Amino acid sequence: MFDWLMWFTHMENSKPLALVIFFSAFCGILLYVFTGKQRARRLESYKYIPFDEDEPRQSELHGFARDDQRARIETQSCNGDGQ
Amino acid sequence: MALTSALPAEQYNYDIVRKFTIMAMVWAVIGMSVGVYIACELAWPFLNFDIPALTFGRLRPVHTTLVIFGFGGSALFATSYYIVQRTCQARLAFPWLAEFTFWGWTGGVTLGVLSYMAGFSQSREYAEFEWPLDLAIAVVWVSYIVVYVETIRRRSQPHIYVANWFFMAFLLAVALLHIFNNLAVPISLTKSYSLFAGVQDAMTQWWYGHNAVGFFLTAAFLGMMYYFVPKQAGRPVYSYRLSIIHFWALIFLYMWAGGHHLHWTALPDWVSTLSAAFSVLLLMPSWGGMINGIMTLSGAWDKLRSDPIMLFLITSLSFYGMSTFEGPLMSLKSVNALSHYTDWTIGHVHSGALGWVALVSFGSFYHLIPRLYDTRMYSDTLIYVHFWLATIGIVLYITSMWVAGIGQGLMLRSFDDYGNLAYTFIETVEFMHTPYVWRALGGAFFVAGVLVMVYNIYMTVQAGRREQAALEAKLAAKLAKA
Repeated sequence: MFDWLMWFTHMENSKPLALVIFFSAFCGILLYVFTGKQRARRLESYKYIPFDEDEPRQSELHGFARDDQRARIETQSCNGDGQ
Repeated sequence: MALTSALPAEQYNYDIVRKFTIMAMVWAVIGMSVGVYIACELAWPFLNFDIPALTFGRLRPVHTTLVIFGFGGSALFATSYYIVQRTCQARLAFPWLAEFTFWGWTGGVTLGVLSYMAGFSQSREYAEFEWPLDLAIAVVWVSYIVVYVETIRRRSQPHIYVANWFFMAFLLAVALLHIFNNLAVPISLTKSYSLFAGVQDAMTQWWYGHNAVGFFLTAAFLGMMYYFVPKQAGRPVYSYRLSIIHFWALIFLYMWAGGHHLHWTALPDWVSTLSAAFSVLLLMPSWGGMINGIMTLSGAWDKLRSDPIMLFLITSLSFYGMSTFEGPLMSLKSVNALSHYTDWTIGHVHSGALGWVALVSFGSFYHLIPRLYDTRMYSDTLIYVHFWLATIGIVLYITSMWVAGIGQGLMLRSFDDYGNLAYTFIETVEFMHTPYVWRALGGAFFVAGVLVMVYNIYMTVQAGRREQAALEAKLAAKLAKA
């Protein structure tokens, strides 16, 4: 009854079959990715993910400008005071 | 204090990223310096000093392990832990396990290179660790997968950004490669024999070796590229759909190509031909990815004049394109008959390793480090200095290896009128002395650039700490007033 399964155990059958499956899957991915305007728009929208949460530096969050702070630190180190 | 809860340093686990970043630079300095030393040994053999631990045979795996797994591996841990948190908007899962991956990986690499110097080796290229270390590394790697996949599972962002796909392919493939390539029968704590024999052993080794290049040194660093190039350019990747095709094509094709390392051996001819065919096909996804990365800068090419970090990233992609053209070329049987067993292979590997892997890592670190320490890079001028030292070093390295390799290949294939070999082996060695000196010089340039980077990073970290302390003092003063 299950003799047909033996066909898969022969490497000369299973390897080309695997190749056909992988190649078909790849063609399917190609079709999926490059067809449908809405899908294209949705997929392309994902490229903005790395910019979703660009954050200011801590000093800016606390209301201190970056350059002010740097200038202040440099002044401090020149004056040698800890104020 | 709603703002405080939104601070990235608190929202995300940056501590583990910092540790891996610093360790990557430590390994870069040691591993690349060892590389220069063994390059000098080949040019001036007296540098072996008749000390077994310092001979080329023992130091060569020390160099490859430190730069691939020490520097490259730590850079991948650092950037993948950073990227997965930022693109999933989720804190890293299981912080204690992530900490374990740091100590496990660092300890594994350290013990590994010490064991090579002591003379313990499996003699499998890029997998020289003996079996106890292989087991330990497998445990660390599975922990890495658990941390990474669980962080993705906890994501706030519904879509998994493409960089994470590349990292997940890298995690899965490296686990498979490491486990199957290292199947062995231990006969003592420090000695084992491979489970495979004869041509199967060679095939397993190069299935591993080639896919270590494909998934460790390519797919994972492409993950790095897909995050840091857009971030540094300040614009999204050129085509997200192309990145999807790039991913699947690369993953599908790479696994078949390992046999090209064994052309003209006992390997069945059809396997050789099949792997050569897939190697040529690999050019398409490789160049698709390169074009996608470089075209991200489309409309903002002026950044190449004003941003040294962008120079690193785009130059790395150019070297990626160059080495992925050279690879398929060398996989052709006719070309391979000339190039194999010569220094052309070494030059090819280094155009990928230095030009692509190291440059994209340096560019990513220059972007990453100021953000980890909430400051700016100490010196942009030093980044330019590093870039030019590195680029000159790479060009010197690969051109000298082309001369050495192609020259050696031609000499070994020359016959006189009577059908005898025209040159003896030692004549090829004499011929290669001059290119070897240039190669060592190229390597020295590259290491000098890394030292400049280390200084720049050190000064940046110090500045970050000073600024942090000043900020805390200012906040305390503000709170006291209120």
